[in-house]
Amino acid sequence: MHGSHATGSPYAPHTEEDRTAMLEAVGADTVEDLFDIPADVRFEGSFDIDARTERETRRLVRSVLGRNDDLTELLGRGHYGYYVPSLVDHLADRSEFLTSYTQYQPEISQGFLQALFEYQSLLVELTGLAVANCSMYDAATALGEAATLADRVRDTTGHRVLVPERLREERRSTLENYVAGTDLAVETYPVDDGNVDLGALEASVDEEVVMLYAENPTVRGTIEEHLEAVGDLAAANDTLFVLGSDPIALSVLQRPVDVGADVVVGDASVLGLPTSYGMGLGLFATREDYLRQVPGRLVGASEDATDRRAFTLTLQTREQHIRRERATSNICTNQAWVALRTAMHAAVLGPSGMVDLAERDVRRARDLAARLDDIVGVKAPVHDRHHLREFVARVDQPATAVAEDLERRGFAVHVVGDHEIQVCVAGVSDDRIDRFAEAVEEVAR
Amino acid sequence: MSDDRPAGEANSRYDQARYIENGEYEPLLSEKDLTRVEIDGGVGDGGDESDGDGDDSPLPDDLTRDTLELPELSEPELARHYTRLSQMIYGIDSGPYPLGSCTMKYNPKFTEDVAALPSAAVHPDRSEGSVQGTLELLYRLQDYLGRIGGMDAVTLQPPAGAAGEFVGIRVAAAYHEHNGEGHRDEVIVPESAHGTNFASAALGGYDVVSLPSDDEGRVDLEALEAALSEDTAALMLTNPNTLGLFERDIEEIAEMVHDVGGLLYYDGANLNALLGRARPGDMGFDVMHYNVHKTFATPHGGGGPGAGPVGVVDDLAPFLPAPRVRERGEESTSGDSIYERFEPEHTIGKVHGFDGNWLVLVKAFAYIARLGDEGLSDASASAVLNANYLAEQVEYDVPYGPFHHEFVASAGEQDAADVAKRMLDYGVHPPTTKWPEIVPEALMTEPTEVESKDTLDRLAAAFNAVAGEDDVALEDAPERTTARRIDQTSAARTPRLSWQALSE
Repeated sequence: MHGSHATGSPYAPHTEEDRTAMLEAVGADTVEDLFDIPADVRFEGSFDIDARTERETRRLVRSVLGRNDDLTELLGRGHYGYYVPSLVDHLADRSEFLTSYTQYQPEISQGFLQALFEYQSLLVELTGLAVANCSMYDAATALGEAATLADRVRDTTGHRVLVPERLREERRSTLENYVAGTDLAVETYPVDDGNVDLGALEASVDEEVVMLYAENPTVRGTIEEHLEAVGDLAAANDTLFVLGSDPIALSVLQRPVDVGADVVVGDASVLGLPTSYGMGLGLFATREDYLRQVPGRLVGASEDATDRRAFTLTLQTREQHIRRERATSNICTNQAWVALRTAMHAAVLGPSGMVDLAERDVRRARDLAARLDDIVGVKAPVHDRHHLREFVARVDQPATAVAEDLERRGFAVHVVGDHEIQVCVAGVSDDRIDRFAEAVEEVAR
Repeated sequence: MSDDRPAGEANSRYDQARYIENGEYEPLLSEKDLTRVEIDGGVGDGGDESDGDGDDSPLPDDLTRDTLELPELSEPELARHYTRLSQMIYGIDSGPYPLGSCTMKYNPKFTEDVAALPSAAVHPDRSEGSVQGTLELLYRLQDYLGRIGGMDAVTLQPPAGAAGEFVGIRVAAAYHEHNGEGHRDEVIVPESAHGTNFASAALGGYDVVSLPSDDEGRVDLEALEAALSEDTAALMLTNPNTLGLFERDIEEIAEMVHDVGGLLYYDGANLNALLGRARPGDMGFDVMHYNVHKTFATPHGGGGPGAGPVGVVDDLAPFLPAPRVRERGEESTSGDSIYERFEPEHTIGKVHGFDGNWLVLVKAFAYIARLGDEGLSDASASAVLNANYLAEQVEYDVPYGPFHHEFVASAGEQDAADVAKRMLDYGVHPPTTKWPEIVPEALMTEPTEVESKDTLDRLAAAFNAVAGEDDVALEDAPERTTARRIDQTSAARTPRLSWQALSE
């Protein structure tokens, strides 16, 4: 019979009898005697945090989060709210998945190891590259890891890292922090009508460039048309070509290996997570040549003592817990459970489902752009390119005013310029898109 | 398991999951049904297939791949596949998980439900006015963590503990740079520290100076004196340290570091042992990270996600990552505070593409709000009691002491890795092995506060049964798990990292 937990942790199971017996066993009078803390640094105060029942706590969180407006989000730019099938929630929430830790004892972790092996395999198919790790934090940190990889594997004397001038500021800033401890310097190259400005890039790339980064689709939602030329340029200058993308885009767009990409980074949580305030899953894949320099965790196939196939973490000598300051990365806790969800979502869709989802969004984005373009005071899309699921629209009115008016009507869009908004169809139902187009018509004149 | 149950007849926790028909394991998805989809029928520029039936790609051939080959299974098949996989995993809900320094404790289920609230699912680029709930929760969690750690300002952006360490290092670097002290290029890390400390300092561009422990397992003050200099940017310290020992000289350590102009960094991995008893801010630490997934119980999810918020004293607050959240100082029509994002004056910028692992932060907030002062304090009390009780019951040599929430036993003549494999046969998760290296054949054990006396007695029985076994039993272990001992060497020598590589 456990005692009441009115004033203690509800998850600590000791009864008073247990405590007494345990204290006796360790030879202490009170639990406080076990705290070997000098009096000068003992904390005698209070945090002033009231304990609540489970029901009260749920009510508190519900009431705080209830202050969020219920808006239809036509937002993207790296974070997408695709519908996640119920199957993913139910299976990923099985407590064996949820409450296990890193698979340091593979003999009792085969299920998670196999799921991560399948996730790695998904990325290998999507990128065409031979090696994928089983997760970084998000696209921005994966880009940072790619730069430190470039610093390790390129034996040139160069220090330049080239990124497109139109890159989310947050990604650029994260990259700057990752390279702060190296000699690398981040520079930008121009873009032209939503794609790489090839001529300008050609003029800028030389053998001092250790890493060249491009995105497909771009932050403006366009599909990049010059990837092969970028890959050739990188190869000619012995520069690591890093391509940013995501699993839905990769199901239909040019295979990274075919355009000469050395590393693919990006956010894989486009599958598996709902809109979650930017929580993500960093995708990281690369060529076999860099296997022993790859950051993060890897799951490999092996055999057990009875010669049956079994999975295990491998090449751990790259990792911080063994190699310390010479590790390929400081990452320890990663996004394994999100990777599991991504693999599950991809499995539910299957290859035809993934292709359909991407192609359907290409059509829906194109249709919506055409509809908006018919509205007086709107030009869409701004770029005369193919778009995957989002596009930029020019509005005659100030973009902030348009966005505010749309928000009052229940729709959220990005403001990306004084007279530019960006609109994303990912995860938005067709009838909401209809109503959105009507709302734009009302506010854009 | 009771003490008198013989080895090899331990429980059958894994047996249900050992084999499916034909003695094989759950097949890979690719071995079930692999489908190749052709991506063809590109329209070329100017084409219009928007009213098509979906057979043709709406994109030109030269911008698309040719094929996509992945498994295509029905939903029931997938439900069974992943259920089978889950049966081949040991989690904290399966049994005790005393993995030292990882703080594997039971996670309340209601936090999953609050994180799944539809109102929690918002895009990070939403306007401030439309996400007041999210901003309020972030603000309140910043505030909670500041009070718990004794810190003046907190950022919630780092997506894991190691990411928090990196932020701490970057903030320290920016602070020194700002004060014209950019020449400081060394970070001191005790040998017993988590490997992430070394890696994070190196990633930040610092030379790492390793610090030996004294005879009692604590920071060697003479060695520290010798290591400190005008080049010292920071000392990274875990307190209690990874041996479970409180660094009693912390005030003197802080003074020594501050005297040479260095900063003191607190690795929050072991904060579970101190809640309500001591605060890093009061001990002289300038910057710290919180492993909210450890201290405040968020499920570890097979290796992540976590979250690693960073707290700092006032002097360092201007350098924290942007944006942070604050009260705007006015109220909404309904009388609620209004919250806004802001950029600290000398911010280092961003360390994550958005604002970190939001869902983990929601769970941490709910957990802290549930427990309150008394619950948090009791969690530490129970964790410390459990560690000391288990250390007392284990027949292996347990050097040093007294312990906080973890202790390190020595397997002595036995190989600690073999001991761990054998413990699997007793139906429990083994401790962390062979680390910290200060203790030979280390078995680093952290029972956490959630294990009952009965469970600790079972754990001790498993330790003690293995302690009495010979090398043969150990080397053959494990015998009763889903897979038998796995060949790590061949996995590393011939890496096969995808199903594509398996079929080559």
